[in-house]
Amino acid sequence: MKPAHYWHCFVGIQTREWLRFWQQRTRFASALVRPLLWLVVFAAGFRAVLGISIIPPYQTYITYETYIAPGLCGMIILFNSMQGALSMVYDRELGSMRVLLMSPLPRPFLLVTKLLAMGVVSVGQVYVFLLLALLVDVEPPLWGYLAVLPALVLASLMLGAMGLLIATWIKQLENFAGVMNFVIFPMFFMSSALYPLWKMNEASPWLYWVCQFNPFTHAVEAIRFSLYLEWNPAAYGITAGVTVVLVMLATAGFRPQRTKILGTKPA
Amino acid sequence: MTIEANNLSFRYGDKPVLKEVSFALTSGRFHALLGPNGAGKSTLFGLLTRLLALQQGDILLAGQSLKKQPAEAMRKIGVVFQQNALDLDLTVRQNLQYHAALHGLSRKEARARGDRELERFGLLDRANDAVRQLNGGHRRRVEIARALLHEPSLLLLDEPTVGLDVASRRGLNEHVRRLCESDGLTVLWATHLIEEVRQEDRVLILHEGKLLADGAGHDICQAEGTRDLAETFHSLTGAG
Repeated sequence: MKPAHYWHCFVGIQTREWLRFWQQRTRFASALVRPLLWLVVFAAGFRAVLGISIIPPYQTYITYETYIAPGLCGMIILFNSMQGALSMVYDRELGSMRVLLMSPLPRPFLLVTKLLAMGVVSVGQVYVFLLLALLVDVEPPLWGYLAVLPALVLASLMLGAMGLLIATWIKQLENFAGVMNFVIFPMFFMSSALYPLWKMNEASPWLYWVCQFNPFTHAVEAIRFSLYLEWNPAAYGITAGVTVVLVMLATAGFRPQRTKILGTKPA
Repeated sequence: MTIEANNLSFRYGDKPVLKEVSFALTSGRFHALLGPNGAGKSTLFGLLTRLLALQQGDILLAGQSLKKQPAEAMRKIGVVFQQNALDLDLTVRQNLQYHAALHGLSRKEARARGDRELERFGLLDRANDAVRQLNGGHRRRVEIARALLHEPSLLLLDEPTVGLDVASRRGLNEHVRRLCESDGLTVLWATHLIEEVRQEDRVLILHEGKLLADGAGHDICQAEGTRDLAETFHSLTGAG
């Protein structure tokens, strides 16, 4: 297999993901409703309750909308990645995973390419969300939109790999509702997405440490800092490190026989 | 190309599904893998296509081990799965191009080969239709066209006629037989429908994970002292 083969395969998987995205564009548009509700309704209600002081990377007092916008970017990626990874494992109806795995190229390459392709679609949604956020005066610097790109891609790869790992190993979480209750919501709430962690520390030190150990916190911080053109090596480093480990575990553990790809009962 | 399966055994947990199955397929011929539901056909296909990892035994394609050189071996295999594996919302051509890309073909090459296959299958005028608009028989043809895009020498079909009407079933079966003759393709066609198998075919009968018969249809009948394959199948498996 030559590099050209890998390249054609990479482009093919990306193209398919975009074609499917285009087919299901109404579904993706409705997926934007969730973060927008948080941004417009939840943030308006909580603005008064949660006073945000000046904390890095912000140089002035900010509105609560401005604070949670990066966290909601993370939420879009979190939902998409989990849903996508779950469908990779459970989606037998179309057998699209079988077609993918019949490729002679190495499986880790196929899986990472697939995760990246799904990630790129999520990143597209994040940008639409950020554009709409301008309407409630969330206005990061112009270059921030470009600077945030690597953080978004990294976050989607990390969360996609995590989803793949969870769906492959934890059989009890067979539907999306289970994953939502036991993975997505805890990860989202026990992070810095909705409140700065010093606030959490005041309320409960042990919860603060849980949040610190949550990789989603660091992904959100990497997004937040780069969106405001600040460099946060710790957040980036932790996100990148966790991504590498999760990708390695997920691709090593992705064995079709652990999934239901061949049907629930042996035939 | 020669295909050999040596001493394959497979179990799901404690339940053995294949028990020491060995056979060799003849290059350029149509082989029928006959077995009632639950005989182990899909498991055997899972092993041949690497969706399941080999537990015991090995499969050799033109002398190359599926265990040791999986990539080389996979390039030689085309597969049509039992369930539909097409993206219903994408067009026929988009489906073919995706598959071609997975095998490392460029877009240009993919389009040329895809159109060639579609033309041969009488489906070129449907290339830009969404797969959802095609009937069951045509969808199956697209899947076969797709499986042949990377020019494999072995075509595996796992109960490809499930859900098709009698006329489409017969049409598909004859179509694959013609491919065998025109392309020199080695075909392994799994089925539980005896009417899809001819007396002159190479027949492998699988039952409860064991290979009960392997040979030309009429030879098996002779050995069993039966009139036809239906009777043989019935006497060997208690089914049919």
